Amino acid sequence: MISLQADDFELFGVPVQYAQDRAQLDVRWKTLQREAHPDRFAAEGAAAQRIAMQWSVRINEAYQRLKDPLKRAAYLCELQGAPVQADNNTAMPAAFLMQQMEWRENLEATDSAQGLEALADEVAAEQRRVQQTLAQLLDVAKDPVQAVGQVRALMFIERFTQEVNAKLDRLT
Amino acid sequence: MALLQISEPGQSPDPHQRRIAVGIDLGTTHSLVASVRNGVAECLPDDDGRVILPSVVRFMPGQGRQIGFDAVQSAASDPVNTIASVKRFMGRGLQDIADRSKLPYEFIASEEGMLSIQTVQGPKSPVEVSAEILATLRYRAEDTFNDDLYGAVITVPAYFDDAQRQATKDAAQLAGLNVLRLINEPTAAAIAYGLDNASEGIYAVFDLGGGTFDISILRLTQGVFEVLSTGGDSALGGDDYDLALADAAMSRQPGLQAASAEDKTVLKAVARAAKEALTHADAVTLQATLSTGSLSVQISRADFEQATQALTARCITAVRKALRDAHLAKDDVQGVVMVGGSTRMPQIQQAVAEFFGQAPLNNLNPDEVVALGAAIQANQLAGNNAAGELLLLDVIPLSLGIETMGGLVERIIPRNQTIPTAMAQDFTTYQDGQTALALHVVQGERDLVQDCRSLARFELRGIPPMAAGAARIRVTFTVDADGLLNVGAKEQISGVEARIDVKPSYGLSDEQIATMLQESFTTAQADMKARALVEARVDADRMLLATRSALAADGELLSDVDRASIDAMMATLQAAIQIEQDAKALEDCTQALAKGTEAFAAERMNHSIQKALSGQNIQTL
Repeated sequence: MISLQADDFELFGVPVQYAQDRAQLDVRWKTLQREAHPDRFAAEGAAAQRIAMQWSVRINEAYQRLKDPLKRAAYLCELQGAPVQADNNTAMPAAFLMQQMEWRENLEATDSAQGLEALADEVAAEQRRVQQTLAQLLDVAKDPVQAVGQVRALMFIERFTQEVNAKLDRLT
Repeated sequence: MALLQISEPGQSPDPHQRRIAVGIDLGTTHSLVASVRNGVAECLPDDDGRVILPSVVRFMPGQGRQIGFDAVQSAASDPVNTIASVKRFMGRGLQDIADRSKLPYEFIASEEGMLSIQTVQGPKSPVEVSAEILATLRYRAEDTFNDDLYGAVITVPAYFDDAQRQATKDAAQLAGLNVLRLINEPTAAAIAYGLDNASEGIYAVFDLGGGTFDISILRLTQGVFEVLSTGGDSALGGDDYDLALADAAMSRQPGLQAASAEDKTVLKAVARAAKEALTHADAVTLQATLSTGSLSVQISRADFEQATQALTARCITAVRKALRDAHLAKDDVQGVVMVGGSTRMPQIQQAVAEFFGQAPLNNLNPDEVVALGAAIQANQLAGNNAAGELLLLDVIPLSLGIETMGGLVERIIPRNQTIPTAMAQDFTTYQDGQTALALHVVQGERDLVQDCRSLARFELRGIPPMAAGAARIRVTFTVDADGLLNVGAKEQISGVEARIDVKPSYGLSDEQIATMLQESFTTAQADMKARALVEARVDADRMLLATRSALAADGELLSDVDRASIDAMMATLQAAIQIEQDAKALEDCTQALAKGTEAFAAERMNHSIQKALSGQNIQTL
């Protein structure tokens, strides 16, 4: 029987791997919420509400993690004994840092929406490439230790994407 | 042969008796109450057949009050004591009301930063004023059904922050309503439309009411309403269009001024009437007699559109942002639902049609649509529609965080997160030997604490002295399905803990509510006693019914000893319902049963959810 302690993959009844079908996750999320949401038990008193809330919170937590490629990858690494430890470990390969610096200079220098869109496209392409590498490392090579480096790279890319979008927001 | 039992009218013991639940749209300019009758949601009219109750309350010398249309009539002659658009002040402090010089009220800051309005009956808080409106609707519903209400779903703008939601819930409690759920107005509108049209896809709900503008992007699939993003402006609405029109008219006649409170009210009423006329007419003449002279100005629809261009542009900017937050383009939107009387303005219809490249949906009455949707949801939450497939998955409208060193905000729950949700973040101490930690909870999107709304402050004490940075304090934010926040802090090494239900700085404490409830809310003292006893009986019945059906369904989970103890408490309560004349004593009996069955309820719930979820997994494998 499923318990509150089950991992995200078990709770959602999906294979323990990086590659996930987003549509299937959405369907599972709604199915699970339909069973456990506190609104289902609105007429049943405080204790029932509290339990339903715990389940509902747990389902939302798992869904947020599973549907996001970065969070999913980090979670999978941790489950497989290779925690990402983003706060204590920020060492990255020199080539990656060079690219980051180049992007940042580019962002500083660009003031047109068109130029920023182009930069955003370039970053998105790199993001997809890293995600593919992650899929390879986690699902095929089964190498969570190597995957951790890519997860960190993805974190840098995501933060940078936010900065590009913020600047785009200011322009438009 | 067993004889069939027949109960007295209105005293049916049938456990499947229909529970009366209503949806209430507590609006800025007007409020409505609706209920599902014979499978159809409809707004309940007053004795004169009007469904709309203007959200206006007038406090008269002595004890008297006028609520609704009567109060509107008095607005011009007694503007200071006639409070309109009170929703804009809910959960707000003085400094939040930027345009208060244009309003006729005498605002006062009461303790804890909350604002009140000075009236002839003394200071009245927005919560008290709203409670008057809610109570009026409650009595209207009870008269319609000639029965007590089981509960109500009350709508709030999607943009409402924690303080405003809490204030709304406080007002409902003060009006004696059992709140089944607060839901977002746009979501309610979509429910009303969704059932009629049964469409799947992405919908935008454009809700321009009297005082607030909300834009929500929703996804409808398999009977689930999912809020993808929300945005808007909690200080933009039809009232602003009235003021802009009034300003435009006054600027045509230099030298004329709206000096007194009466002038302002007269001018506003004239502007509102002109605005409504301009929906159909090309031009209209504004006429008003003010203390400084008389106003007579012709305004064309084009003039009006020009004077309000900036307001309309603000709406569209918010729409753009909501789409961006949902990671969608405007082409992804399958339909646009129009809500709120202000969407009748031609410039709004046109701006929305232009932006989305499609004509908006407006076949339901934009004034009623929110209340209708709330009624449908209330009916389901009360358990009247067991087969109902409707499920609302709401998001939190504004990010929640904690103040850190230097007045910066560390976000713990980002906005647009699906609720209910719980998230945690670890913090540490700043100084060696630090034994206490002050936590300041804020809500908003900005990085500086001073730009966000302060929700609550509390302290974690008794941390064992450690080197700076050694303590691990885990702060957990839990947001329930109504969007209300609970914060906990725990030092991980020592296990020291502190917890707070966020009663925002602007909210009311439970004691304050209790005091206010006892004060002059309903008429006579005897009346209140009788009502309290009736309410206590309804609660007791509800508790007995719930326990009986729980025992019938899962009685086998209980040991014989536990079963006997629950049976005994039920018998006590059953007897108390018959004989007890003191509401408090009856409530205590109900509480005893509630407490005594808590463990059983928890066990049952865990069991049934686990079973349901496991079953689901097997089915899909």
